[in-house]
Amino acid sequence: MKVKVLSRNPDNYLRETKRDIHKVPRNYDPTLHPFEAPREYIRALNATKLERVFAKPFIGSLDGHRDGVNCLAKHPHQLSTLVSGSYDGEVKVWDLTRRECISSIQAHDGFVQGLCAVPDGSSFLTCGTDKTVKQWSINEEGRINPEPVVTLLGKTVFQQIDHSLGHNSFATCGEQVDIWEVDRAEPVRSFTWGVDTVHAIKFNPIETHILAGCAVDRSILLYDMRGSAPLRKVILKLKSNALAWNPMEAFIFTVANEDYNLYTFDMRKLSMPLNIHKDHISAVLDVDYSPTGKEFVSGSFDKTLRIFPYDKGHSREVYHTKRMQRVSVVKWSLDNKYLLSGSMEMNIRVWKARASEKLGI
Amino acid sequence: MEANVTKPFVKKKQNMKRYFMEGDGKELSTNKASKDMKKHSPEKKGSKPIGEKRFKKPIKMRTYSDKDGQQKTQQVFKIDISKTERHRKWQMKKQRQAQGEQRKLQHRKHMREQQDPFPGDAPIPKERIQKYERGEHIKDTGTRTGQGSRKLAEQEKKLQFAARQAARTEILLHEEAGFLEADEGEDTTSITQHDLAGVVDITSAQKFFELKLPDFGPYSVNYTRNGRFLLMGGVKGHVAAIDWMTKKLLCEVNVMETVNDVKWLHQETMFAVAQRQWTYMYDNQGIELHCLKKLDCVLRMEFLPFHFLLASANSKGYLSYIDVSIGEKVAGYSTQMGRLDVMCQNPSNAIVTLGHSGGTVTMWCPKLKEPVVKMLCHQSGVRSVAIEQAGQYMATSGIDRTLKIWDLRTYKMLHSYKVPMGAGQMAFSQQGLLATGMGNIVQVYKDSCRQEVKAPYLTHNLTSSVRSLQFCPYEDVLGVGHSTGFSSLIIPGAGEANFDALESNPYQTKQQRKEAEVKMLLEKIPSDMIHLDSSMIVQVDKKGLQETIEEHNKIKYLKPQKMEYEPRYKAKGKSRGQKVVQQKKGVIEEQKREIIKEALVEKQTGNRAKEVNKHRQGNVLDRFKRKVD
Repeated sequence: MKVKVLSRNPDNYLRETKRDIHKVPRNYDPTLHPFEAPREYIRALNATKLERVFAKPFIGSLDGHRDGVNCLAKHPHQLSTLVSGSYDGEVKVWDLTRRECISSIQAHDGFVQGLCAVPDGSSFLTCGTDKTVKQWSINEEGRINPEPVVTLLGKTVFQQIDHSLGHNSFATCGEQVDIWEVDRAEPVRSFTWGVDTVHAIKFNPIETHILAGCAVDRSILLYDMRGSAPLRKVILKLKSNALAWNPMEAFIFTVANEDYNLYTFDMRKLSMPLNIHKDHISAVLDVDYSPTGKEFVSGSFDKTLRIFPYDKGHSREVYHTKRMQRVSVVKWSLDNKYLLSGSMEMNIRVWKARASEKLGI
Repeated sequence: MEANVTKPFVKKKQNMKRYFMEGDGKELSTNKASKDMKKHSPEKKGSKPIGEKRFKKPIKMRTYSDKDGQQKTQQVFKIDISKTERHRKWQMKKQRQAQGEQRKLQHRKHMREQQDPFPGDAPIPKERIQKYERGEHIKDTGTRTGQGSRKLAEQEKKLQFAARQAARTEILLHEEAGFLEADEGEDTTSITQHDLAGVVDITSAQKFFELKLPDFGPYSVNYTRNGRFLLMGGVKGHVAAIDWMTKKLLCEVNVMETVNDVKWLHQETMFAVAQRQWTYMYDNQGIELHCLKKLDCVLRMEFLPFHFLLASANSKGYLSYIDVSIGEKVAGYSTQMGRLDVMCQNPSNAIVTLGHSGGTVTMWCPKLKEPVVKMLCHQSGVRSVAIEQAGQYMATSGIDRTLKIWDLRTYKMLHSYKVPMGAGQMAFSQQGLLATGMGNIVQVYKDSCRQEVKAPYLTHNLTSSVRSLQFCPYEDVLGVGHSTGFSSLIIPGAGEANFDALESNPYQTKQQRKEAEVKMLLEKIPSDMIHLDSSMIVQVDKKGLQETIEEHNKIKYLKPQKMEYEPRYKAKGKSRGQKVVQQKKGVIEEQKREIIKEALVEKQTGNRAKEVNKHRQGNVLDRFKRKVD
């Protein structure tokens, strides 16, 4: 007779010393793992609940401005530097790690309407209601030289300014859209379409000669810097407040509209939006994309920030505080970890992009 | 293997630059390369022959002497290779290079194959893959778009990949299952335990032992989930917990009362004893932890490990479920079927099965007041019920001396055997062996479900009648509690050879046991998720979805009227602005809701009235009347 009885050698199943790891033999036979579906369901439920338990997104606030914050600009190379402009013409440079103001200057007489960084990181440009564009140099520590490098005078008020990433030129918008080069005193090119003001302008980060702007006649305009006339125009039902290009997809941009929604368009086919993002309960004032291009953040008149996935119609997260009033500007940090929101009560708040993430702060 | 030697690739020289033509313009190119080019070049429609197209202008005249000695002149032309020609040449060069690469790869593959006689992935037998497949294959019916069917195809691919990978992990399993093969002409039935103990190795021989405990009555036995610890309860009050492999005693106590049943809870730290009046819970040191007065006169208990539920059946016909982790009674039903002393749980879906004296077997879940399934199994009382590990087969035995095997998917009887006396106890092992206890004899049957069995696999005679049976998980051992103590029998091929340490580990340390307890509690399944089909949570709730859609459709077409409401302003700051607005909103919402309800009801009655009217009026011949709008 042939017999074999199951006998295990305990040495194969127990660890030899205390410093070893435990031995964990596995068998994936489904009969040894009953109730797979309900257990997995319970695990998923617990994980979601714990994620909400650990969701503490607010990190801190930067205060020091004496009037509402109107614009923010990210430094292209230094993650901890932030430049902000407020309604009293003051521009401040902040160190995000210590949450302190490094330097501040009185840049303009009226509002600081627009603020953008020059891609090489050595200077940044501001434009204001006093019809000037000024270029300020900033050193490695973040100190601004109180005298502007260049001051350009215009005939009309400038609403926003943006610098191209591939060319040595920047664009301002107001009564018309002007393309400037840094060493020229007059705009190189001007675009007009109708008689309305364009109040937002953004360069495409990938196709660096393309611009998009939002005008007061409820339209969105596309320009090519190299061309002589604007490319296209699409008119929506209500005015768009802000615009952001997707840094990963060359032809996708999102606009923040007055009708409480955000619309994502494909530049090549403006007749229909790719997606409508609905969740805000008041006008959406600003939008910015994450550097991964998979999500974007929007700040609205209803005192909240919402984070939307790029392809979904509803937000995945909402941030709000009792103390935060109208959110006028939002930015997503370039390391994909933080959100910055500037609001009317003179504070800039730093939030976590993923609320339950452990960041060691 | 025939030697398939591939020649190394040699680049062909290309030095065609000039055509040599005769005076009359007839082409006379002697160069080999040009001939090749003519062969390879694609013939375009209406294209001139190569020679004519080529030349532009003669550079010089050359005189040469013929073989006859005649003087002949020759025009030498410089070929202006046009752009298209250059491109074609480049294309062909690329083609040749690609061919060369291909030849190189083929050569390498050939060399590799010469060393590797089994190229590619190892094949997996189909039955093994089927073991790891869960559910049905995705069928692509009803998708209207190509994108939809592509998505389904991708999903199916992923599932198949997962099943194949899981099947491949079998190579990592350490142990092999036990077996017993009798010699030619002999039967395994005639092999005794003593024979087996004499043949196998020492550690296995030690697994066959007997504990003589004649004083305290027939013993009920229970093994923990990992098969390490054994709990024995004698009817006259003796309760003992031991680690049966090392024979180390955990605790031993006499509860001074009748003990009907004993059961381990989720781990070896606690156990429950069904005593004469109430149920008690003890620590592994024998310290009484709880006295559950809610569970009175309990005859049988079952612990559902993934739900932390202790199901108990009492002599008054009452079935109750207690959640052991929070100590609450989850459900209790009066079954109205008399004394309940036959109980079994279905390990795959946690349904409790009871056997009754009328011959019926009922299945219960904590949610429902009535049994989920009620089957008439025997013509007289049911003596015992046992359900297989995967929840597919059920064995029942009755007083009418029959043993029946049922398929639990279809609830049909598969086999019916006549046995000498009603099997009072039955148990299934992890590998599908069925043990039956009939009086003093224990018989083990192999493969009793899938095919008709002729003779038992093994049999053992005891000195006293069997009280309870259980196979030890992950071991080839059957534990038998009888009137004079406990016996442990060797049954080769009973236990699962390879355990999964993350599920139940017989060699777990104290630290691992603590962690496992926490993990089990976190994964505790709520009692209302117990269904006949344990994966029901994963399926789409079609009925619920349908209902919500219908409700939505009903409400869509109702327009509520505009509400006017002015709140009363209370004196002295009691009516703050915000509160007033909230109040106004609330009242208006309430009124709206009322109106919508009324409108809905009206709509429904209106429809019904319309239908009734429609049927009442009208003649059969009305349809031929001209319709007047």
